[in-house]
Amino acid sequence: MAIPVLLAVATMTFFLIKLAPGGPFDAEKAVSPQVLKNLNAVYNLDASEWEQYTDYMTGVIQGDFGPSFKYPGRSVTEMIASGLPITFELAMYAILIALVIGVLSGVLAALKRNTMLDFIPMAIAMIGICVPTFLMGPLLVLIFGIQLELLPVAGWGQLSGDKILPSITLGFAYAAYIARLSRGGMLEVLNQDFIRTARAKGLTERMVVIKHAMQGGLIPVVSFLGPAIAGLLAGSFVVETIFQIPGLGRFYVEAALNRDYTMILGTTIFFSAMIVFFNLISDLASLWLNPRSRDV
Amino acid sequence: MSKNSSLWSDAIYRLTRNKAAMIGGGILIGLISCALLAPWIAPYSYSYQDLDLGASPPSREHLLGTDILGRDLLSRILYGARVSLLVGFVATGVALVIGVSWGIIAGFFGGRVDSIMMRIVDILYGLPFIIFVILLMVIFGSNLWLLFGAIGAVEWLTMSRIVRGQVIGLKNQEFVLAAKAMGVSNFSMFKRHLLPNILGPIAVYATLTIPQVMLLESFLSFLGLGIQPPMSSWGTLIKDGVESMEEYGWLLIYPGLTFTITLFALNFFGDGLRDALDPKTTDN
Repeated sequence: MAIPVLLAVATMTFFLIKLAPGGPFDAEKAVSPQVLKNLNAVYNLDASEWEQYTDYMTGVIQGDFGPSFKYPGRSVTEMIASGLPITFELAMYAILIALVIGVLSGVLAALKRNTMLDFIPMAIAMIGICVPTFLMGPLLVLIFGIQLELLPVAGWGQLSGDKILPSITLGFAYAAYIARLSRGGMLEVLNQDFIRTARAKGLTERMVVIKHAMQGGLIPVVSFLGPAIAGLLAGSFVVETIFQIPGLGRFYVEAALNRDYTMILGTTIFFSAMIVFFNLISDLASLWLNPRSRDV
Repeated sequence: MSKNSSLWSDAIYRLTRNKAAMIGGGILIGLISCALLAPWIAPYSYSYQDLDLGASPPSREHLLGTDILGRDLLSRILYGARVSLLVGFVATGVALVIGVSWGIIAGFFGGRVDSIMMRIVDILYGLPFIIFVILLMVIFGSNLWLLFGAIGAVEWLTMSRIVRGQVIGLKNQEFVLAAKAMGVSNFSMFKRHLLPNILGPIAVYATLTIPQVMLLESFLSFLGLGIQPPMSSWGTLIKDGVESMEEYGWLLIYPGLTFTITLFALNFFGDGLRDALDPKTTDN
């Protein structure tokens, strides 16, 4: 299923971009017909559209996304390879922050339902959901970077501590969603018979929660993680722009603003492949965790 | 029909007793009227520049201060509200039309039509739709109408699932079977018999879609891919505010605050509407 979908996405994107008005070199100062001809030859634009398409797709299968229109001499594959590790690291920190804070406060809120330990984290979670990333990031910069001068306000891996603010900015909204999901999931599970059985046979409350309730109560969180990857991607566009991080997200936004069509095409195909892949993993993981759907 | 109207009056009664939802609704009505009346109540024109003044903090002449070009921030927020709310409502409308038609057709005809249509929805769900909106904006240049269409075209998926589920529940009930037996055409079946019975869930989900759409618009505008100057939305105001926040904090704080309050209001009102129309969900 995943492969035909990806093929369709790649094909659609390819021909959509061909629809874009104007050639890629229109914006530059007028070039002589000979130069234009050579440029077109370098970028394979003199071939028929069908040939361009088959050539491109053969390249993509071999991991070659062609040359960038705006950065002569750099290939799209090269740029993806240089940005990916940074975006991946950022996304991992964000997910880690979101999982630790989200699950802890969600489970705690469910166990201490209708106390301050429930209300306060859930109110903060509501703020996390309503304040968009592109506002949260600048506000954190303003408070911790500029007013308190505690943390660097931009960059990635150059100054000590400059990874903290971007990771928190990206992770915060997800921590909020995960807190709500794990609270809801836990509340549902805690009322079920097998939890009563576990308590009745004399297990400590901690064992009941960790061994029995959390396994079922956290299934919604696991199914949320797959789609969350797509959201993290969009978040990385914003966070990498705010903090000037040379990752994949910033490359994509720059490519879109500069109309670097080959870069847009390459990254779109690459992003789609990643998202389809993570959705698959998240589906498999929640199937594996839920014994009821395993038997069917 | 009488049962239908009592459902609605019950719902209104429950809604009016929900404080958070009523506050949210009040804020929304206030905002919408401010947006509509902007040309009359805004103290200055949104493009009036006072270059000698430059960026000034909030004062009596300019309640929320001015930006680098000496433009009154309050007026710009009021005019920005027109664009942001317009995108929110119109794009949600587009999503509504596509999603409801798709869901009704899939649910009503069932069988292969249903499985093919819903399979398409499943596939689209798995795709990075934000990238597609960006792609469309890049290829066709960003204009307001494309923005409506592009956002609407990606936000209809959940709506179609909800509507399909509702229609499947309805289509074997006696009144639908009776209408069918009387030879009612498909179109008037949808319009007269199915649609009025699923208005509740549609209204709830539409209210909850508006904040998502507004977020998407401001996200695009923030990246420079949405609303283009000289037009401004809350997203572009926040973008401008971020660029000069070190010296002129108020340029970020006030547009950000307005936007956040609006999102809160929409979410609270939507949640309240859901609880009011579907009492079952309040029990858990």
